[in-house]
Amino acid sequence: MVYTFPKGGIHPPDTKLAAAESITTLAVPDMVYMPVSQHLGVPAKPIVARGDEVKVGAKIAEASGFVSAFIHAPVSGTVQKIDKMMCASGFYQDVIVIKTNGDVWEETINRTDEVISDISLSAEEIRTKVLENGIVGMGGATFPSHVKFIVPDGKKAEELIINGVECEPYLSSDHRLMLEKAEEIFVGIEIIKKAIGVPVAYVGIEKNKPDAIELFSTIAEKHPTITVIPLEVKYPQGGEKQLIKAVTGKEVPIGGLPIDAGSIVHNVGTVFAVYEAVQKNKPLIERVITVTGKQVLQQSNFLVRIGTPVQQLIDAAGGVPEDTGKVIAGGPMMGKTITSLNAPVTKGTSGILMMPSTESKREEMANCIRCGKCISVCCVGVEPYLLMSLAEHEMVDELQEHAVMQCIECGSCSFSCPAHRPLLDYIRLGKNIVREHTKKKK
Amino acid sequence: MFFPVIILSSIGLGAAIILFFVSKKFKVIENPLIDEVEEMLPAANCGGCGYPGCRKFAQVFVESDDVENLYCPVGGGDVMKQIAELAGKIVAVQAQKVAVVRCNGSCEHTNKQASYDGAVSCRLADSTFAGESGCSFGCFGYGDCVPVCDFDAIYIDEQTGLPVVSTENCTACGKCVDICPRDIIELRKTNKKDLKIFVSCVNKDKGALARKVCEVACIGCGKCVKACPHDAITMVDNLAYIIDDKCKLCRKCVLECPTHAIHETNFPPRKIKEEPVKKPEVAEK
Repeated sequence: MVYTFPKGGIHPPDTKLAAAESITTLAVPDMVYMPVSQHLGVPAKPIVARGDEVKVGAKIAEASGFVSAFIHAPVSGTVQKIDKMMCASGFYQDVIVIKTNGDVWEETINRTDEVISDISLSAEEIRTKVLENGIVGMGGATFPSHVKFIVPDGKKAEELIINGVECEPYLSSDHRLMLEKAEEIFVGIEIIKKAIGVPVAYVGIEKNKPDAIELFSTIAEKHPTITVIPLEVKYPQGGEKQLIKAVTGKEVPIGGLPIDAGSIVHNVGTVFAVYEAVQKNKPLIERVITVTGKQVLQQSNFLVRIGTPVQQLIDAAGGVPEDTGKVIAGGPMMGKTITSLNAPVTKGTSGILMMPSTESKREEMANCIRCGKCISVCCVGVEPYLLMSLAEHEMVDELQEHAVMQCIECGSCSFSCPAHRPLLDYIRLGKNIVREHTKKKK
Repeated sequence: MFFPVIILSSIGLGAAIILFFVSKKFKVIENPLIDEVEEMLPAANCGGCGYPGCRKFAQVFVESDDVENLYCPVGGGDVMKQIAELAGKIVAVQAQKVAVVRCNGSCEHTNKQASYDGAVSCRLADSTFAGESGCSFGCFGYGDCVPVCDFDAIYIDEQTGLPVVSTENCTACGKCVDICPRDIIELRKTNKKDLKIFVSCVNKDKGALARKVCEVACIGCGKCVKACPHDAITMVDNLAYIIDDKCKLCRKCVLECPTHAIHETNFPPRKIKEEPVKKPEVAEK
């Protein structure tokens, strides 16, 4: 039986060009730029000053608030300055600049490759480890993970769902991680299960990764409470609510969190980071990033220190191909075009995609022909064409009435619009308008 | 043929009788002043006063005792004086205002770092990225302010890519001010000759970064603050701001500014012969 979510969804060509390339470690950069805001929530507060010597894995910024994350030095060296620079978000952000000097790690970090499968820590200790090591959701939303480890009072977590879907075209970092670190990921799942106290775990993997499904199913035989669920290939299956629906058939209520449906979702990348944090005491200082594109010379999956400039990854993959229209951080559907190649990669960067200008250029917008395609592909069931014109005219009440805030910004509507209308752009504007309005009301 | 005529006529007659009595019974007695005041208002129905249309403004003006906060920016002081006389009320004289675009980051003064391909709207672009020049505060030039203007007073200059306010047409209704996502447009005091001095920059970054993205940015050096004899310039978050109520239009700050971020408009040429370095073209006409 192959599952999927029932409502909407699209089938973009999956173009997983780098799926066969194994993970290679990228050289330690000469300079790293660590933005203090790499996660959802309150930016971290720097605790180092200019001239401080840091080792790999040392804390350089602390979480300031419940929904916030610690940031650690990805290289050893000297803190040069804390300054504003253009980041992958498209805005100037505060970054901590560290000049590399050697590669000296904190002694507490276990750097061996050995898989430690005994979980000796208690649930509380695991949570602390996850918080202290700055783990955030690595699927792209970068929500601080320790928050998801706490089940609110009166709610009950029934199952843990591991997101190995990777429904974005081009990206293959999660796929490679699943193939190469399968044992570790399973230990990670057991750790999270113990920390949250859920009886069962499901791993959702799309059918376009048969090798990962096979490998995981073999290992799952040794873990009776972990089930691998092959899923139909459909975008945006990696969305939290879509995945829950696909795996368990349960619906997350409007405005609710996954926990309201009894589920907790973590990405495979996050699970691996949790494993490293808990068993090896290693903070989140490196991650797997796919560098790909139709004309890229060397399709690659790099293990990169966070804070490395994007330029360095591109150089290692053979440079920016001629006639590149856009360099995107993330996948083609939800990723964001970066405006400066000096921008550093962050905890949430899952890929660097270079799109030829012929593909990246937006077609000229035409009038809406009321074909209803946007409605039929919408996975949350809103009416994008309507929300677009409501947003254009700033009709706040109507926007709220038509559930603009339910949009997960997957971009299926813009992708399938035959008139090339920038539906998602305007829905985002609508969401901003509603957010501003509710803020004013308060 | 005969019957329909009789039936229709009797329905008509019946309705006329009902309507006659209803109109007597439910007659709304309205102050005739409201009509007269409305007549005098510009009938632009722009909403610049804060009320939905001129009729509502006239009604509020006539009916409320406290009219201090009521002001029709389109009609200006003259119209306010006239309607005040008519209604027998006293209004405070307010200075004439005009919209001012406080950004001079044209292609000439900035370096294009990226090009934007999304839907053409400043409000959208503002939530997406810092801007093509990299300035997180400057004007995008996608012209959200143009269609909202009811008076054809603002347009995008094709060469600079920046909005230009036609001071003749501008009525200071404030619609462009509201729509601008970056608060670049401001209503500033003006006078008959339209002499104005203002800081044409809203960049709050530190000087080095502001200068990096735009050569005519305010770098927060504070020279103008020292030069001003009237304490009219404040410096908040690395950005100079000229308080128009205090400014006596002495033009001392204009000469001081190292990046030519302070603009003067419509002044006669200076008498001093040694002109300093030529000013960048003012974005005002």
